[in-house]
Amino acid sequence: MSVLHVTSPHVHRPFTMNALMRHVIYATIPGLIVLTVLFGWGTLINVIFASIVAIAAEAIVLKLRNRPTSFSIKDGSAILTAVLLALAIPPTAPWWLTIIGIVFAIVIAKQLYGGLGSNPFNPAMIGYVLLLISFPLEMTTWVPAYTTEGITSVPTFAQSFAMIFGSVDRDIIDGITMATPLDTFKTYAGNDLTKLQSASVLQGNIAGVGWEWVNVAFLIGGIYLIARKIITWHIPVAVLSGVFLFAGIFHTLDPDSYASPIFHLLSGGTMLGAFFIATDPVTAATSNKGKLIYGALIGVLIYVIRAWGGYPDAVAFAVLLLNLCAPTIEYYTQPRAYGHKKANSGIAK
Amino acid sequence: MSEDLSAIFSLVSMAILFGSLLGYAAIKFATEDDPVAEQIDALLPQTQCGQCGHPGCRPYAEAVANDEDEINKCIPGGEDTIHAMADLLGKEFIPLDADESDVIDTPVVAYIREDECIGCTKCIQACPMDAILGAAKQMHTVIVDECTGCDLCVEPCPVDCIDIIPEKQTQQTWVWTQPNGPGVSPGEMIPVRNIA
Amino acid sequence: MSRRIWDIPGGIHPAENKQQSLQSGIIAANIPTELIIPIQQHIGAPGKPCVEVGDNVLKGQVIAGANGFVSVPTHAPTSGEVTAIESRPVQHPSQIDGLCIVIKTDGDDQWVNHSAINDYQSQERSYIIDAIRQAGIAGMGGAGFPSAIKLGIRPDTKIEQLLLNSAECEPYITADDSLIQERADEVIAGLKIMQWLVQPQETLIGIEDNKPNAIAALKQATADSNIEVVVVPTKYPSGGEKQLIYLLTGKEVASGGLPSDVGVICQNTGTAYAINRAIHYGEPLISRITTVTGDAITNKGNYEVLLGTPVSTLLSQADAKFDKTSRLIMGGPMMGFSIHNAAVPIVKVTNCLLAPTKKEIPEPDAEQACIRCGSCTQVCPAGLLPQQLYWFSKSNELEKAQHFNLADCIECGACSFVCPSNIPLVQYYRFSKGQIRKQEAETKKADQARERFEFRQARLEKEDREKEEKRKARAEAAAKKQAAKKAATAENTAASESGSTVSAGTESTGNTATTKLKSTWASATKRWKDAEKALKVAEKNGNDHIDALQKKVGQLKAKADNAKSLYDEAKLANAENADSSSSTSNLTTPITPEQPITPQQPATPPTNDPMQVLKQASADDFNTWKAAQQKVQEAEATPSDGVDIELLRKVEAEAKEKSVASKTAMKEARAKEKEAMQAKKAVEDPTKQLKLDAAITRTKAKKALKALESLGEDHASYGALKTAYEKAHTAAENAELALKAAEEA
Repeated sequence: MSVLHVTSPHVHRPFTMNALMRHVIYATIPGLIVLTVLFGWGTLINVIFASIVAIAAEAIVLKLRNRPTSFSIKDGSAILTAVLLALAIPPTAPWWLTIIGIVFAIVIAKQLYGGLGSNPFNPAMIGYVLLLISFPLEMTTWVPAYTTEGITSVPTFAQSFAMIFGSVDRDIIDGITMATPLDTFKTYAGNDLTKLQSASVLQGNIAGVGWEWVNVAFLIGGIYLIARKIITWHIPVAVLSGVFLFAGIFHTLDPDSYASPIFHLLSGGTMLGAFFIATDPVTAATSNKGKLIYGALIGVLIYVIRAWGGYPDAVAFAVLLLNLCAPTIEYYTQPRAYGHKKANSGIAK
Repeated sequence: MSEDLSAIFSLVSMAILFGSLLGYAAIKFATEDDPVAEQIDALLPQTQCGQCGHPGCRPYAEAVANDEDEINKCIPGGEDTIHAMADLLGKEFIPLDADESDVIDTPVVAYIREDECIGCTKCIQACPMDAILGAAKQMHTVIVDECTGCDLCVEPCPVDCIDIIPEKQTQQTWVWTQPNGPGVSPGEMIPVRNIA
Repeated sequence: MSRRIWDIPGGIHPAENKQQSLQSGIIAANIPTELIIPIQQHIGAPGKPCVEVGDNVLKGQVIAGANGFVSVPTHAPTSGEVTAIESRPVQHPSQIDGLCIVIKTDGDDQWVNHSAINDYQSQERSYIIDAIRQAGIAGMGGAGFPSAIKLGIRPDTKIEQLLLNSAECEPYITADDSLIQERADEVIAGLKIMQWLVQPQETLIGIEDNKPNAIAALKQATADSNIEVVVVPTKYPSGGEKQLIYLLTGKEVASGGLPSDVGVICQNTGTAYAINRAIHYGEPLISRITTVTGDAITNKGNYEVLLGTPVSTLLSQADAKFDKTSRLIMGGPMMGFSIHNAAVPIVKVTNCLLAPTKKEIPEPDAEQACIRCGSCTQVCPAGLLPQQLYWFSKSNELEKAQHFNLADCIECGACSFVCPSNIPLVQYYRFSKGQIRKQEAETKKADQARERFEFRQARLEKEDREKEEKRKARAEAAAKKQAAKKAATAENTAASESGSTVSAGTESTGNTATTKLKSTWASATKRWKDAEKALKVAEKNGNDHIDALQKKVGQLKAKADNAKSLYDEAKLANAENADSSSSTSNLTTPITPEQPITPQQPATPPTNDPMQVLKQASADDFNTWKAAQQKVQEAEATPSDGVDIELLRKVEAEAKEKSVASKTAMKEARAKEKEAMQAKKAVEDPTKQLKLDAAITRTKAKKALKALESLGEDHASYGALKTAYEKAHTAAENAELALKAAEEA
């Protein structure tokens, strides 16, 4: 008779990494539905297309790196990266944009650093930032949500497909797209109050047409993640508090130049960033105290870049900047271990 | 003219002031560092085997401290020691200067096949640790706890009755191995004996 | 109840699986035919066997004594015969055998004399503590720390809380639960003994809320006492000693410290029961309750089993289905270890034997990359950052791991349990801890080695110094002796000189001459003998100067014979001239006894070098000749009738002949030796020799040329010199050619 000789413990919680990734993807479904309803089929097509590209890229690199291919793909991390990136880019983004973003995210930002668990930066956000810097036009134009004043319909599946896969002239696409509420606000805030007040995308109930529902949907997904104990509350709460606090202070001081805190919380990628991107465990701080600091700083940076930076949205930049700081935060926020008077901090000698 | 003078004066006085300050600080806050050789010696495994070409660990440490020898000569210390010395001296790591076959990973000790020993005391004289016990014409034996496995007793033995054998593992010295890493299931199948 | 419970951080809720083994009461395990009792069943030094193979032992008899402070004795669990004291497979994850005492049971189960301690409260506390120690009681929860040490607190330590750990938080295990359910009174009796020993301010029993029956039993047993039963929520690992202490008291045991440092003592339920048996019944710790469970076991339950019972015996009694089991675990599923041999015995700390099926505990999935999800941090009861520790352990950064408090990890396995990547985290930590231990041991050994080496160096130096001093002292003493001797000799000489002058008048000249001849003969004989000896040695060694030596020996023999005949002649002549030669005293005057006619030291050490002998002989012969010559000259200068000049001349001539002969022999030998050496050199390096030859001949030729030039052509020897020069020149040229040829070759 043979038995397994293995270190204790012998029992394990039947919860694998694959399940973890799957749950995160499930949690994006409300947001995905809202995006599809409001902006057409583009996002859904992008998500599927990006996932296929990601798996292919991951498989090729793993093969080149002589790593077990199917074993690593099964963990679902590549698909999650693809889904998050696809949710962040505009629904009209052409196919090559997706390929560039995904390949860069998977190959450069993830695998070249050693694969899953070894990447210092969030791969989806690296891909996103690359696209944003290289192709600012394609990355900042969205079709308006169909609830926007004067818009009666969203692109059909065929239209979306045609826009993404290049059979439609870019001019036509440009003709039907508009700036996002954040972008619009940034353009007019502080200098053209009348335009700001009349901008159609800003006529929504709370935070720009359509976007408030997108963010609410991601918020619901995020709460699901916390409820399933996939993530802890620390990072999202800290991010949102950071944004809310700063936006609140400046809005109180000058409501004309600075949008309300609710607007900031419910526009752009705030919720997606707070619940799905900043919480990427690989690149975030891990101790509870560290998570709070990490999240709060992301929140502050999101606001600072939105208010005074060169880009309308800032989740990607804020997250990447804090990815840089995560190891340091980690070193200085070690929890106090049992039997110790105070926590260790800093790096070992 | 007076401006020139005052400039010269102020510069000189500043020079004197800072010079004396620095001098005072140098004395007052002088760190009593171990001499480098001592620190290096502390990193060496103290087998005193002479495989580095020096007659012991201390002389090798001194040679390294005086830049007369490389840091990669200590075979019993292996790469860990080279890394430690490289860190200490701010040098680059260089691979061990030895053939693969010379490097023994597991700790070893000398073992005297006692029925073959003729009691010549030659190994006792060769042992840098005084780890061999015996008297003329009496059987000798190795004090295992003190033996560093330096190998120096093997050559002088006229009847070749000394072997260098791996140190015997006990329940106290046994440690768990490092897991194989991602991609491999932990543990291994082992047969269970004596099943009734 | 209003008692506050301090919640421990982290923790997990694995499936409890406790009901399976609680279906029946405690079952008495069979006595096996052979008991294997390891001498190390506790933390600390292993015991010392105090029985021998062949001894008959009775139940409860000490078979291995305590060996040091942190050690406890071991007792025979039943009566029988010691059949072996040898290495056997034991309960250790390393699978390395340990020393065991093997007892063949006789089935009588006959007790050794033992008696209860009546009214322990009237005894000295130290006496009771010693009784606990002598009963071999060590913590029965898992670690096996000798209980007597825990209880033997210093008098100045104030114990605030005495805790009984009945939490039994690990899944499957119900040993303590069943013990309490059936024998709560005995457990409480044991606890009361401890209470009396350490005099705590309060005594608490910590028990998880998943054991309602045990809680009820405990409450009933403690109803009339000041012991409080504290029910804590079920959470693993609340039964860890440090965790339970925090749960019940809010106190944290400092890292590296002991519970008694914070005024707490925590003992296991089984230990309390064992103490009760030891004090109230005088029974040492020879059995325990072990849970045998897992789906591969038919008769799951708690067995009261003799220590040393092989696992196989117990498993077969419980009817284990070996074909179904995937693992064999000693201990619980969270902290137990796989065993490799069913002959491994049950020991003091074995609280569970788990034989699960594959379905029950499936094989672990492959390890995946750590995604730093932080689940482990959330469940770590020690407040560590397991993912950081994993990282450092993986990359062998031991210092950083230590900085992140690796040493405070209690290896409870909660982190591995929740890890979604199936990383065997505990193994990583154990590996790192082992490496740290190893490194510490190595450093210690290196320090020790350095010390020994330096001591040895110092010793050798000291020895050298002492030797040198001794040598100096000896040299001084010798010099003094020499000086003293010299002085004495000088005195002696003076005395003998005067004596000889005195005797000169009385002794006849002829007598003196005869004496000389006699000593000459003696020395000649001696030299001959020496030479013969040298020859023998040379023959033995196969020396190539044997012929020269042989010749020499022959010569010396002849000489010795000759000397003898001369002496005989002189003796005769003396006798004839005895009366007529009284006026020849002046002849003897210059010949003092110190005159070196006799060879210097008759005790010339026999030397192995034949050259040496030849040299010696040649020198002696020369001296003899010279002396003889002098005598002849003196005799000639002062002619005297009494002295036979002819005889002296004859002696002189012979001495001369011999001297020349021995010199020739020596020269011959030397030449031969030189040749041999050159030949040897030539063999070693032909070119070198040739080079030397060439140089020599060249110099010779040059010298000859110079000499030639200094002479005029009309000089008488010019022709001869020129011939010589030409010869030398040719020789030089030849040598050069030979050298070139050799070099080319």
